[in-house]
Parts: sequence; structure tokens; C-alpha cells
Amino acid sequence: MIRQAARRSSLFVVALAAVAATWELYKVVGPETGGEVFGWAILPKSNDRVMPHTWEMIAEFFDSETRGTPLVWQAVLGYAWFTFRLALFGLFVGTVVGVGLAILMARFRVMERGLLPYVIASQTVPLIALAPQIATIAGNWGLPRWAWVSILGAFLAFFPISIAMLKGLSSAPDAAVELMDSYAASWWTTLVKLRLPASMGYLVPGMKLAATASVIGVIVSEISTGLAGGIGRATLQYAAKATSEPAQVYTALIGAGALGLLLYGFVVAMEFALMRNRPQEATG
Amino acid sequence: MRRARSLLAIWPPIVFGLVFLIVWETIVAVYDIKKFLLPAPTAIASAFAGNLENVWEAVLVTGANALVGFVLGVLLGIAVSFVLMRFSVLNELTTPLAVAINAVPIVIIVPVLNNMYPAGSQVPRRVMVVLIVFFVVLVNVAKGLRQVSGTHMELMRSYAASQREILVKTRIPNAIPYLFTAMKIAAPLSVITAFVAEYFGGTQTGLGSAITSNASTSKNDVMWAYVLGACLLGLSFYVASIWLEKATTRQHGRNPVMTR
Amino acid sequence: MTEHAVAINGASMVFNPGSVGQLEALRDIDLDIAAGDFVSLIGPSGCGKSTLLRLIANLLAPTAGDVLVNGKSAAQARVDQDYGMAFQQSGLFDWRSVRKNIELPLELKGWDKKRRAERSAEMLELVQLSEFGDHRPWELSGGMQQRIAIARALASHPPLLLMDEPFGALDEMTREHMQSELLRICAAADTTVVFVTHSIPEAVYLSNRVVVMSPRPGQITDVVDVDLGVARDDDTREDETFYKKITEVREALRGAELGETVRRVDDR
Repeated sequence: MIRQAARRSSLFVVALAAVAATWELYKVVGPETGGEVFGWAILPKSNDRVMPHTWEMIAEFFDSETRGTPLVWQAVLGYAWFTFRLALFGLFVGTVVGVGLAILMARFRVMERGLLPYVIASQTVPLIALAPQIATIAGNWGLPRWAWVSILGAFLAFFPISIAMLKGLSSAPDAAVELMDSYAASWWTTLVKLRLPASMGYLVPGMKLAATASVIGVIVSEISTGLAGGIGRATLQYAAKATSEPAQVYTALIGAGALGLLLYGFVVAMEFALMRNRPQEATG
Repeated sequence: MRRARSLLAIWPPIVFGLVFLIVWETIVAVYDIKKFLLPAPTAIASAFAGNLENVWEAVLVTGANALVGFVLGVLLGIAVSFVLMRFSVLNELTTPLAVAINAVPIVIIVPVLNNMYPAGSQVPRRVMVVLIVFFVVLVNVAKGLRQVSGTHMELMRSYAASQREILVKTRIPNAIPYLFTAMKIAAPLSVITAFVAEYFGGTQTGLGSAITSNASTSKNDVMWAYVLGACLLGLSFYVASIWLEKATTRQHGRNPVMTR
Repeated sequence: MTEHAVAINGASMVFNPGSVGQLEALRDIDLDIAAGDFVSLIGPSGCGKSTLLRLIANLLAPTAGDVLVNGKSAAQARVDQDYGMAFQQSGLFDWRSVRKNIELPLELKGWDKKRRAERSAEMLELVQLSEFGDHRPWELSGGMQQRIAIARALASHPPLLLMDEPFGALDEMTREHMQSELLRICAAADTTVVFVTHSIPEAVYLSNRVVVMSPRPGQITDVVDVDLGVARDDDTREDETFYKKITEVREALRGAELGETVRRVDDR
């Protein structure tokens, strides 16, 4: 398994290199001020301000953010870490609530039939639209700003988790459930000893989806609530400085990518710890 | 009798929904919650009715971005999956890339895209949707083209079938259910992406921008009208994709496992 | 002397030769099958009977020796479509109707629409499933799906039919019924059949020769002639000779597992 992971990582690096090469290639052949294909303006600009060279992006990390302030890599690290912690907290809360709701729905069929359609429908609508509303309510309750942002991450994370968990809880084979019945085990005991372990294989892919959702939720609500200190706000600020510091926004993007991968890696590590002695996770 | 039974089956969500709305309305009335804090359902309904034209325009902008991105993403995803099937080396390279794209908040590149295109262009948002839809379709369709059952492959080889015949008669039909599964995932995702992309700057038309501007001026009931519009847009894309799947499932007896 | 339908000379099959995962599946197989024979290959799991079938089908190439089908090389026979094959899974295409499934090999042979339709109707008639022509495979039971798979295998009227435990996934009663059906169909089509199974009664009921194989590396240890006559039916299953032959095959299998001397099999 380690060998497989090492192989995948090295292939990932090769893939990144291929992307960088394509980037540079476009800079060479692409139109400086953007172009048209069959009358549609769909070719992006390739001038150095908008598309800096890949090495310029790396170099930018070692520049200072603005005159006389900390270096970019330190700044970006700070922003990324800030957002990461909010997203992690959001993932945690979302998982707890999501699992709780799934157990509730598994216990009471009425709850499942009544709530599940809404849970599924919530996957299809932009929940992030509720960000300003949630921010206002949370603010009125006197919660600190970071909490609103994290709550939104939790809000986006909890839906994929409850769907995945509900599926997982009902995935225990009938024969196993009958065995527990033959031991006169209560519903709760069956839950703890059978259904919860059986659902781990479904929870993990659900958490992978939830991790990404939490990160996006946190970033977008940082932007819409104007919370400073996170990578979302920083990206917009750097993007506005495109004329003076063209490569800076890319450092923020790299930071955002890194934090997303970190949270994803966190879930993968959890998977490894939980599922070590089991066959691979269930897909779907 | 059957109709009565199916009616019996759908009462829980309807009842839950109604109870929720009623409780909401009551709380707002009883605690006299101000509009800027949380508007009542009835206030939202009237704001929606009152702003119908504006909401509709915004829906069209975001919806168009989602639709264009979706269609292009699907076409591109199908095309590249054929390339990947032909050159399996490329397949090994794109898989880690696809996993990474799924793990990072890819929407965050929109500010850069906004700089790359003229101001007022909707292309950055469409590019974003294409990117996300493309990977979903690619991963699933490539899987469908690759994962043909062993028995089918042996059968075709026993017919001394050419690679092209195997492709046309076996791989492609095998991949079609995977394509529709991918489209079912990608359709609502395209709306969400088009919407979220608006939060990252660019021209101020569309649902996301309208929500932000109304929120900042505390016109919460109007904001909720746009939220309602966004929900309806997302749901309609989802329903359309389900309908599309149902229209084809009659031909195929099974649904393959989803890959996101 | 007419050609044999299948002639195997000194064939061996070694997987991954020279590496750590090397596997000697078959050793020194000599077997001649005359036209019209119904030959079963039987042996314990891993004895290489399925591998041997795939050598005949040219889905695998032997690492030593040669395989002739209809007097040509197995590779040529595959290109010429001289055989039809049925597997343990019916392998029907979900996205095609039953009728179109049967027409698949005919499409690949370039037959025109009319001719294909005529032949598929004929085959449906043969396996007695004419009313199901426009159904989808999943609407049929396991036994019915296998009947369609057999109809497909015989659609182009090949002289040779290769079958790899086609009834393995069916329950006992359906299995016995399918065996009778198979005999009826093959008699009507006058086909040579090579049939892989690990059910002793099945091998004895269907074949006129049962080839017994040893555990890996697979070698032919015995060939039991089954003289139950051509017209076999349910009464045959209660015949004394039937039981005698079953015992004979069983003892041959046991002997094979105990490693008795390998006898070369000559043409009779």
C-alpha cells in the first residue's frame, strides 16, 4: 500500500509538471491580450501580468508581501493555516451532526422519510446562498466571526456525511443483523457493535466529499462576511494587485490547494488508521 | 388503492416541510424578529412575487453559465476519455490529477480567470463549470470504457473481433450508464459551481452577486427571494438529469456505482 | 481417415515462464476428438481443464506442442470462426435485446439484416424461447439466459462447440433440464462438443467420452468411454450403466489425485 501511495504521488508530480509545461506552452503561442475562436472571446490573455511564468510564481514566495512586511510564504502560510483550522473544525462539527442525524434517521423511519428528501435536495442547491443569512443570525447571537464561517463549513459538510452514513448504517448484511437479534441485543447495542463499524467504509468517502465542501464553505463565507486572515480574502486582495504584484495571487492559490490537500490527507490518514485490517472502502 | 398508498408514502416530507414553515413563521411573529435578521416565509413569498422579473434575469445568467459549462464539460470529458482509453499511460497520469482536483477548493482560481478575460465576460465562470464537470465525466466514462466484464472480452476475442469492433460493440455501450451517472452528479454541481464562482469577483450579474448586494443592504427578504431562485434552479437541473437517466435506464438493466 | 475435429499434440501451458510467479498449468496433453463426439473434461479445481479449453479456442497459445482444429491451426480456426463458445456467465449484452444478442456473431461476420433475422429466429425456435426475442437479458432467468448464450454460440452453425461450465451457476433441477436440452440441440445441429465441468453425473450424462485430468500440472490420466447410446433422457439417469460409469469416472478421478501412472491416449 505504501508502494502504491509512493507511485501515485510521483505520478502526481509528473502530472503537475505536465500542467506547468502546458502553461508555459500557452504563454508562448497564446495571444497576449486574449483572443477569439469563431467569434467567441474564449482565449485567455497570456501576457506576463496575467499569466506569470511558473518559476516567477515560485520566486514570489520569497518576496515580501508588500513593502517592508513579512515574506509572502510566511503570509500565505498564515492565511492557509487560519482557513485550515476553520475548515477542520467545520468538518468535525459537520461529521458529528451528520452522523447524529443519520442515526436518528436510521432509528425512526418517519424521520428518514420526512427528512431524507430534503437532505438529498440540499446536495443539488447552492447552500452557500444562505451564508449571509447564517452570518447575520450568528452575529446576533454574539458568536465571534470565525464561528459563523466555521458553521457554514459544517453546514456544507454535514449533508454528504449524513447521506453516506445513512447508507452505511443500513449496509450491515441481513445475516449479521439476525445474529444480533438472536443475542436479544437492543437496537442501541446493535448500532454500536454492528452498524457503526459496518458503516465506516461508507463514512470515509463521505468525509472526503465533506472535507472539500467544508473548505469551500469556509473560503466563500470568509469572502462574503469579510472575515480577514483567511486564504479566501487574501486571494481576492492579491488578485486586485495584479498590476503591481502579478504573481502573488498564484501563491495564494497554491496555498489554498495545499490546505485542501492537507485536509483531504487528514481524512486519508484517518481512513488508514480505521480500516487497516479491512478490504478497501466501499465505492458509492 | 395504489395511488392512495403512494400518497401515504409521501406525507412525511410534506408534513415536515409544512411544519417547518409554520414554526418559522410563528417564531418570527412571536419574537417580533426584524426583517434584517430573519424574514418570515410569507415575507419571502411576497418579496419573490414582487421581484419576479429581477430574480428571473439573475436565474438566466447563472443558469446559462451552468448549462454552457455543463454541455461543454460533458463533451470534452467524453472526448478525452476516448483518448485516455487509447493511451492508457495518460490514464495513469490523469487519475492522481483528478483526485487532487476533487480535494482542493478549485473554485478559488476564478479571480485569476477574471483577470485573464475582458471585464464583463461570463467566460471565467463557464470555464470553471467546464473544468469541474469535465473531471467528473472523464473519471466515470473512462471507467466505463475500461471496465468491460472478463466474459464479454473473452467472447469478443473468440469472435476474432477487431479492436474497433470491440470498441463499438462492447466498450461504448458498456460506458453509457456510466455517462448518465456522471451527468446526474454533474448537473446540480454545475449550478452550484456557477453560483459559487460569482462570489469570487467578476461582473455583477447573476444570483450570487444579487444575494451579496441585497445582504449588504440588509434587504433580507429580497435576498431570500434570490436564494429561493437559486434553489429552484439547482433543483430543476437535478430533476432534468434524473429524467434524462430514467429515459435511458429502460434500455439498460443496471446502474453502475458512482464515482465522484 | 477423416480429420479430427480437434487434435492436440504434446501441448503444454506454462504461465509466466522463467519468473517468480511461474505456473505449469498443463503438461504434455495428447487428445484427439472426432467429429460428432461429445467430450467432457473433468478434474479437480486447478487441473487446467478451462485452460485446455482456451487452448482449443486460441484464447491462449500453448508454450509447447500444437493444437489443430478442423485440420487447421487453432489461430486460423478462430479467425475462420469455426467454433462457438459458451461461458459460465451467459455474457449477454444488457443493452441488446435477446434477439440482437444472438445476432452478435453474425453481425461480426458481416451478414445482412435479413439473413441475421432469419437465423436468430431459427435459433430462438431451437432453444424454445421464441416469445422472448424482444425481451432484455435481465428479464430472463439464469437457465433461460444460458439457453440464449448457447443459441448465440450455435448461431453461425459452427462445427464445434466449446463450453466452460455453462451450467455451474444454476440449481440442480434447472441443470438437469438444461443438460437434456443441450443434448437435443446438439443432436439437431450435429455439433462436436468439448465440455468442461466438475460434476461427474453431468459429464457422464452428456458425453460419449469423459477425459479425466490430474491436479496441477494437468495431465490426462484416463479416458472413460460412456456407451449409454445416443438417445438419452431422464430414464437414462436411473439406468444401471449410468451409475456404473459414474463410479468408473469417480475412481479414475481418485486415482488421478493419488498420482497413478499417466497413460497416453491413442485414437480409437
